[in-house]
Amino acid sequence: MEHRPLAQTVLVYVAAIVLAVAILMPFVWLVIMSISSAPDLSSLPLHWLPTTFDFSRYVKLLTIAEHSAGEAFLSSLRNSLEVSGMAVIGALVLGIPAAWAVSRHREVGWSIYIAIGSYMLPAVALAVPLYKGLHALGLLNNVVGLAGVYLTILAPFTAWLLKSGFDGVPREIESAAMIDGARLDQILRRLTLPLAAPAVTTAALFALMVGWDEFFYALLFTSDDRAKTLTVAIADLAGGRITDYGLIATAGVLASLPPVIIGVVLQRALVAGLTQGGVKG
Amino acid sequence: MESRWTTLRAWLLLAPLLAVIVLIIGWPLVNTVIFSFTDAGLVGTGGNFVGFANFAKALHSSAFSSTFINTAIFALVSVAAEMVLGVLAALLLDQQFRGRTALRALMILPWALPTIVNATLWRLIYNPQYGALDALLTQLHIIPAYQSWLGEPGTAMVAIIVADVWKNFPLVALIGLAALQTVPHDIKSASIVDGAGALSRFRFVLFPYMAGPLMVALVLRTIEAFKVFDIIWVMTRGGPADTTRTLSILIYQEAFSFGRAGSGASMALIVTLIITVLAAGYIAAIRRNTLSA
Repeated sequence: MEHRPLAQTVLVYVAAIVLAVAILMPFVWLVIMSISSAPDLSSLPLHWLPTTFDFSRYVKLLTIAEHSAGEAFLSSLRNSLEVSGMAVIGALVLGIPAAWAVSRHREVGWSIYIAIGSYMLPAVALAVPLYKGLHALGLLNNVVGLAGVYLTILAPFTAWLLKSGFDGVPREIESAAMIDGARLDQILRRLTLPLAAPAVTTAALFALMVGWDEFFYALLFTSDDRAKTLTVAIADLAGGRITDYGLIATAGVLASLPPVIIGVVLQRALVAGLTQGGVKG
Repeated sequence: MESRWTTLRAWLLLAPLLAVIVLIIGWPLVNTVIFSFTDAGLVGTGGNFVGFANFAKALHSSAFSSTFINTAIFALVSVAAEMVLGVLAALLLDQQFRGRTALRALMILPWALPTIVNATLWRLIYNPQYGALDALLTQLHIIPAYQSWLGEPGTAMVAIIVADVWKNFPLVALIGLAALQTVPHDIKSASIVDGAGALSRFRFVLFPYMAGPLMVALVLRTIEAFKVFDIIWVMTRGGPADTTRTLSILIYQEAFSFGRAGSGASMALIVTLIITVLAAGYIAAIRRNTLSA
């Protein structure tokens, strides 16, 4: 360890504690709200720590009963899984061959800028025609229709991340196999994809997080339990007449679990994927 | 071994993605351009050609210009704060101290939290009757009575920016930290032995390594901030008195609440133009990184 003056060491620890508290406090408060009793949450002065632990809201949201908060929450959870899942699979099917081609062939390399540009387009520039298109196809308020719309974000995004993933697989390995007489589809399936598997997994999980997070299109193109996603359901709760803030907090905790778990488990890969994909073309 | 066949093969592999981009991005974009010259509504077909009337109306309306200013303020202030706090946090996380690994792991949490949950969480924190912020500040005797952070024109935008910065500065910190870890160790220690002050050490030794990645993060965050919709929709819906209404929210209202699709399309194209300029800056920045790496 390098020798530091005492003052500097103290400064480092103080700053680290301030940073940790600033990051953690809002999370801790969200969890506390979800397990505090309603009287504790509305007491003045506020009870910071719950007098009793109340897990009833978790039970309520995770149990199906006719016309209950649980029914609405669980159907939106299912819709979010279906829409994001379908869109990610579609994005990988389109993105893997395209990203490989862009990574290996200089002549088509400029296509990656089409993908990057498409990804950056504001959703408001596409919203009205997409609305009319879905309306004409009878796909408004439909998970398949919404998944198709999510492809406008996820297909270019995934191709972009995958391109830098394939850049990391040496092309010499492919040429060697090619000389040995292997066909391209064999090389891709047996050689390149297994070698690029970590990058593909990272891109897929990343895309899943983006799909899970999406709100604007879901707000516009869904209207009830048949297609409404989790983000819209939570916005409904937050903007509605619900007086139990703990219930809103509970929905927030549950909706955050999948992306937070993905984030923590894959943190190293995610940050690497993000910096490589985003920082270099 | 590039031959005509391998080039054709590359195009065939790209074709499905490009076809889908043309179909679900290119075609809608063309339609938005067409709508922007008409008085088309959200339902029904066509609309009459009105030339540049929608653009002229948008650029002359006080609603559009005040909304543009709101958006610019949100983007500038939140992105500037995220960059400054992100760089400071990166410099801290590059130091050696106990608990460093745990603190680095914590940084991923706000970033992984869904935007809507973040907005909802801060809306609860700012709640004027039972919110944690009012409780904390009154119990510490910093403010005398509960106040409505999101309900007052003077504080609503600041409150939203704080929520946005909290979620996004950790990402800048992680990108900055990754860049700092590419600085060779002997360069770091040599600059200490040479007795460089903290500021000049940052300016001349560390910052050159961080500049490229940070530039990219800066442009990406600015583009995202310029498109902002979700966090504001959940926290204030653009209120109070339209003080937090941004361009995406104005366009949403114009096209989908009032059904004026043509007028909304013209505003959307103005935003697209601004984003295009920023995106061109982004592509220039990554090309420079690729060349220098």
